[in-house]
Amino acid sequence: MYDIVIIGAGVSGCAAARELSRYQADICVLEKEEDVCCGTSKANSGIVHAGYDAKPGTLKAKMNLLGNERMGLLSKELDFPFVRKGSLVVCTAKEELLRLQELYERGVKNGVKGLQILSREETLEMEPNISADVQSALFAPTGGIVCPFSMNIALAENAAVNGVEFHFNTEVRDIQRLEKGFRIETETGSYYAKCVINAAGIYADKLHNMVSGRKLSIIPRKGEYCLLDKNAGKHVSRTIFALPGAYGKGVLVTPTIHGNLLVGPTSVDIENKEGVDTTKEGLQEIAAKAGKNVENLPMREVITSFSGLRAHEESGDFVIGEAEDAPGFFDCAGIESPGLTSAPAVGVLLAELLQKKLNLEESTSYNGSRKGILDPRTLPIKERNKLIAGNPAYGRIICRCESITEGEIIDAARRPLGACSIDGIKRRTRAGMGRCQSGFCLPKVMEILARELQVSQTELTKCGGNSKLLKP
Amino acid sequence: MTDYELVIIGGGPAGLAAGISARKNGIERILILERDKELGGILNQCIHNGFGLHTFQEELTGPEYADRYIQEVRKLRIECRLNTMVLDISPERKVTAVNPSDGMFEIQAQAVILAMGCRERPRGALNIPGYRPAGIFSAGTAQRLVNIEGYMPGKEVVILGSGDIGLIMARRMTLEGASVKAVAELMPYSSGLKRNIVQCLDDYGIPLMLSHTVVRIWGKERLEGITLAEVDEKGRPIPGTEEEISCDTLLLSVGLIPENELSKDCGIVLDPSTKGPEVNESLETTSEGIFACGNVLHVHDLVDYVSEEAELAGKYAAQYIKESKASQPVECIKEGKNGQSAVYRKEDKSSRPAELIREIRLIPESGVSYTVPQKISPARMPEQVTVRFRVRSIFHRCSVGVYFGERCIVQKKRLIMAPGEMESIMLSREKLREFPEIKTITIRIEEQMEEA
Repeated sequence: MYDIVIIGAGVSGCAAARELSRYQADICVLEKEEDVCCGTSKANSGIVHAGYDAKPGTLKAKMNLLGNERMGLLSKELDFPFVRKGSLVVCTAKEELLRLQELYERGVKNGVKGLQILSREETLEMEPNISADVQSALFAPTGGIVCPFSMNIALAENAAVNGVEFHFNTEVRDIQRLEKGFRIETETGSYYAKCVINAAGIYADKLHNMVSGRKLSIIPRKGEYCLLDKNAGKHVSRTIFALPGAYGKGVLVTPTIHGNLLVGPTSVDIENKEGVDTTKEGLQEIAAKAGKNVENLPMREVITSFSGLRAHEESGDFVIGEAEDAPGFFDCAGIESPGLTSAPAVGVLLAELLQKKLNLEESTSYNGSRKGILDPRTLPIKERNKLIAGNPAYGRIICRCESITEGEIIDAARRPLGACSIDGIKRRTRAGMGRCQSGFCLPKVMEILARELQVSQTELTKCGGNSKLLKP
Repeated sequence: MTDYELVIIGGGPAGLAAGISARKNGIERILILERDKELGGILNQCIHNGFGLHTFQEELTGPEYADRYIQEVRKLRIECRLNTMVLDISPERKVTAVNPSDGMFEIQAQAVILAMGCRERPRGALNIPGYRPAGIFSAGTAQRLVNIEGYMPGKEVVILGSGDIGLIMARRMTLEGASVKAVAELMPYSSGLKRNIVQCLDDYGIPLMLSHTVVRIWGKERLEGITLAEVDEKGRPIPGTEEEISCDTLLLSVGLIPENELSKDCGIVLDPSTKGPEVNESLETTSEGIFACGNVLHVHDLVDYVSEEAELAGKYAAQYIKESKASQPVECIKEGKNGQSAVYRKEDKSSRPAELIREIRLIPESGVSYTVPQKISPARMPEQVTVRFRVRSIFHRCSVGVYFGERCIVQKKRLIMAPGEMESIMLSREKLREFPEIKTITIRIEEQMEEA
């Protein structure tokens, strides 16, 4: 019997796993996909929100602020890219100025530091490509951008190194309450646990409702995005939000941590929990709305589009804590935006709850620091050449668009919780994420991954399951 | 830092022919940098025949065509470094590259020839809605998987785009046992060569669906099907014409883009129409001493023309190297009204009279999408310059009009012209000399009058 079974290897589940790995406990993470970071955690804006959005007093507001504060240190401990570039909420109509002021006040109430209302001139000086209609803007210096994949993967790797087990391709079918603890039925067998953390994202309601009479209901709220070429990456230098309200939440424009430009998301409630397809209407809406706050957006530079599902719980707030009628079952549900920002705080909160519940003692061997995949481009030439001399794979560039070497791809496959699919390699190294979208590097990455996994290339998948790349 | 007279970026057909030509024009220290593990570029995966009809008067396969040049490069002892990715070219022609055996290194070149080729447009650029399953490949990626790696990407195939690689892959997949259900083309005409439509589609009974596009992708893990729809004259899908086709593979052949990231970073001016560098009659880019040829300059229809163009780039680069080395002034012909000739140093641009730095812009108009070169210096041009261009759509019974300023100089009658095929006209120095005042040469497609 495990002390804790965490269901879901998204950013929340992995943050909890990492924080709990400080303690002496048998912990296991069950994930239905082949890798970590396969659901909502992989398809979002990659924004670290300042925290003025959520209603004061809500868990969202609290977690957002704490998560934002912790992000800097966490990114250093776990070596994932994060930059505090600041963000702007743009107001383009005089009659909405009051709402901008309200947002400012809400931010102050939530404890957001450094908020400033900027004049039209100050805004344009900061971001020359903002619409000429701009009246004013709310500047939040603590806003930032993060690589959502790297963050999720880093948390998971660190948890794994500290003893947390990860079982992939293990979908939970049923959970039963036992006299002491839970039996978790999966595709591959039964798991027993004293406590369960339900971090199943869009399916968290389904799991919760298996053990609790107080039903949760999670509505998949679809958000579609367009990712633009790095040529367009400097069009704005911070995240540009529309004023929430009047036209719904609006479409943001932001540089990504790797220098692309991201435009989106739309916001549509759907029924299908697997509905991560993009739609004609959605893509059209992005193009139409994005131009409202930012001028001359080079939408011709789109290199890919994608869609993600926000796990919107009916109550509108995060649901974190022990289910009242199911002791030992801890929910981490309704984690929609600002879920990525909040994850560092959510992980700590869950760890505290579980520590108390199970009376866990600190582990003496815990090591909270982790090094990411070595990127030779970050080294001075001398060191880079030393690296290549020692391991020539670091001199062989496989993905030409993103300049990713064979050395990095091999590292991605071999490290703890290494990649086992082409998308896994992509999320860990960026190979295939550039402007040719893997046109040139796919056959090479396949060759390297097959060699590393010691399987035939015909066995390789894009993203696990039936997503085989070849049909022999 | 090592010094070379000439560094060529890319060891495909353009780079190889440019290197051979530069050597034959007297350049000793030449280095070809190739990112792949072998020379030949994309020709290595083009195992079909049809290459070399113009160059060698025989039908060769891609690898055979490449091999002729590779042998020549070896014979001429031109140095090549493989697995070498160029990371940067400075306007002063310092080339930074990396490979497994040398690590990162810098080379100072007197001249550089850009021969990086082109890449395929990905699905994302089309923004086709739907899921993102396995089974969607660009046609060239599939070609590499089948012809080099020896793997079949799928069994039931739809191809979007009728570019040449798409057409070739329709036949290739069929020969390997796949069922190719359709080739859909957004435009009302194919952008591929006529001969490829006949030999790759018609001969195998594969339908070419013009004015059609993919509007939806089905299947979450592996592709399960696509929705095809007819489009109107503006390329918008017509409601009610949707048709679902089940397939496990979608190949995209929706356009090629010259790979000019290095050129752009170097500050070289690109032509928005070709997406390649803007060049003069010597195929020199706007950055002095940096030349361009092959698909990085503009996407070609036949490799034979790539070789031809690259040979010129090699020759002009050689000339440039010799000129900039020569301590004595370089002879340039001045085109004064009285026909006097004068001698000027090339580097010393300021002292050159207006006649010598005068450049004539070539203007593509009505039906012509671009020209290469984009400008010509009457003083520096050789006796004849080939101007290559493409037309925007299909023209029947038309003529190509060449205008020096306002004046029509040439009118070449043509029965049919198509965007898939490159066109050319010749400009002669002699003729240009007759018009010392003109600033532009316009090329346009004109309706031909019906003959009575």
